[in-house]
Amino acid sequence: MMTNPTGRITQGQFSFLPELTDAEISLQIDYGLKKGYAWSVEYTDDPHPRNTYWEMFGMPMFDLRDAAGVLMELNNCRKTFPQHYIRLMAFDSARGIESIAMSFIVNRPASEPGFSLERQEGNGRTQRYTIRSYAADRPEGERGNGKA
Amino acid sequence: MESGTEARTEGATAITDAKKRYRAGVLKYRQMGYWEPDYVPKATDTVCLFRITPQQGVDPVEAAAAVAGESSTATWTVVWTDRLTACDTYRAKAFKVEPVPNAPGQFFAWVAYDLVLFEEGSIANMTASLIGNVFSFKPLKAARLEDIQIPPAYVKTFKGPPTGLIVERERLDKFGRPLLGATTKPKLGLSGRNYGRVIYEGLKGGLDFMKDDENINSQPFMHWRDRFLYVMDAVNKASAATGEVKGSYLNVTAGTMEDMYERAEFAKDLGSVIVMIDLVVGWSAIQSMSNWARRNDMILHMHRAGHGTYTRQKSHGVSFRVIAKWLRLAGVDHLHAGTAVGKLEGDPLTVQGYYNVCRDGFTRQDLPRGIFFDQDWCDIKKVMPVASGGIHAGQMHQLLDLFGDDVCLQFGGGTIGHPGGIQAGAVANRVALEAMVKARNEGLDIATQGPEILRKAARFCSPLQQALDTWGDISFNYTPTDASDYVPTPAVAH
Repeated sequence: MMTNPTGRITQGQFSFLPELTDAEISLQIDYGLKKGYAWSVEYTDDPHPRNTYWEMFGMPMFDLRDAAGVLMELNNCRKTFPQHYIRLMAFDSARGIESIAMSFIVNRPASEPGFSLERQEGNGRTQRYTIRSYAADRPEGERGNGKA
Repeated sequence: MESGTEARTEGATAITDAKKRYRAGVLKYRQMGYWEPDYVPKATDTVCLFRITPQQGVDPVEAAAAVAGESSTATWTVVWTDRLTACDTYRAKAFKVEPVPNAPGQFFAWVAYDLVLFEEGSIANMTASLIGNVFSFKPLKAARLEDIQIPPAYVKTFKGPPTGLIVERERLDKFGRPLLGATTKPKLGLSGRNYGRVIYEGLKGGLDFMKDDENINSQPFMHWRDRFLYVMDAVNKASAATGEVKGSYLNVTAGTMEDMYERAEFAKDLGSVIVMIDLVVGWSAIQSMSNWARRNDMILHMHRAGHGTYTRQKSHGVSFRVIAKWLRLAGVDHLHAGTAVGKLEGDPLTVQGYYNVCRDGFTRQDLPRGIFFDQDWCDIKKVMPVASGGIHAGQMHQLLDLFGDDVCLQFGGGTIGHPGGIQAGAVANRVALEAMVKARNEGLDIATQGPEILRKAARFCSPLQQALDTWGDISFNYTPTDASDYVPTPAVAH
């Protein structure tokens, strides 16, 4: 168990709040759609903070403009990867942005062992820090409680 | 035709006869060619708006012409050496003068400057020209550079922010909400080890960033190297504890440029994502540090230390919106731009104007927000505005409503002063923020329902309840010193 105030990885927009219900997730999806964002679903079993590229569950849904459709994709991902981290991301292609506008976690493994901090002595009193995710210590497919 | 040595006459116009124009003696500035009422600024001209208060008996048009002259090529007497130059094109041209509404004795003066007058990529040069001389001019009781329109031709000579708002978010992997920070308190006195404790608690509790205060450089109570070593230990521990990218703005401001580079290099060696500098290091240092930050993949935070000495009074100085424009070109990634509802000066609309200057791809004229000109930013990167100074979780709905998502909200006292400790303070701020963002996205009107949203969130978060109990009643309601001339009644924060 992680020892920060929430006891879990706090990436994404809403990690300090109680888990969002599907109804609440739909409202967030609606907000993004109204703003013209494109939603996508991504998953990973390596939640290291510098792991930028989670696996894509299907393509970004540029032409899907209703929340129910997005939610369906999300639930498909949950069924397929129940013990992975899953996030919903909204992409804004407007000039000057062309990046992610919303991102929040919608699924977590049953156990979140978190990270260790490794220290290596450097010059003077300098230390080199490495953050290692406990989950990634095991091969792909054997991380978390379930199967890949 | 008037003789060049005649005393002040109303309606004096530019003298076009060269022999008369360059005969030794004193002419009015409007006679020398610095007043051209039918001039249409070229697309490559820089246009400045000055708010001038001429001395008793000084004609406002002559005062405007004097401003144009003394901020470009003129001096107080005719000089023949003008004739060695293409002087007609080099002269700045005052082309419009209007009285300021509801401010007798004050006038707005528009002045256009040819592109040739400014060195490429040098804010030091632009400021030396525009504000380096004319503000001490005796015939003016007071002068303020109110706003400036910088042409694309000049914008494109600058690299702008080294990282920019979008890439910063990508590096932090944080989207869809404001960033959260806190400045370590007390402002001065903590030693390195004690300082690191505050950093660790704030970041582990849920803040994205911690921050050195502007006057924390390297003093007897804490050497800069010790601060950097302990801070980066805390940052890495907090990052491992939370799974988030975390940072703390290490202040590399120092007495010399060489010392600044040394400190910045150490911050880089230790793996910091961000460094900070204070405005008081000066324009040249700022641009140098901006180049360094880009070469070293570092986010550059700018604290606007000292600006209040010349930005606050409407009658005299330089408006902060001009400073913000110059800083965006000079190249900073974060810029303190005001809170509106906190302890430091800032009328809400005026502050929103500063935020627009930082974040727009194209800033439109917006008189109630104090924006007098359209400004094309030519795809130069965006600056993340920072709201810092006397704000607390109980104001989260106002902050989000006023400023949106692309802002870094900093709660120094509002985190460290929490009765349950620093982590509790951070939790309170983070929960308040996430709950407010979620509610806004769901379609709630956070401006009016904000307090209720906070109360609901506090039911599952006792640190937030404690924060609301401790600070819920605190507000800073003073009449702003610098509100727009184009709003009928002054806007009061709250």
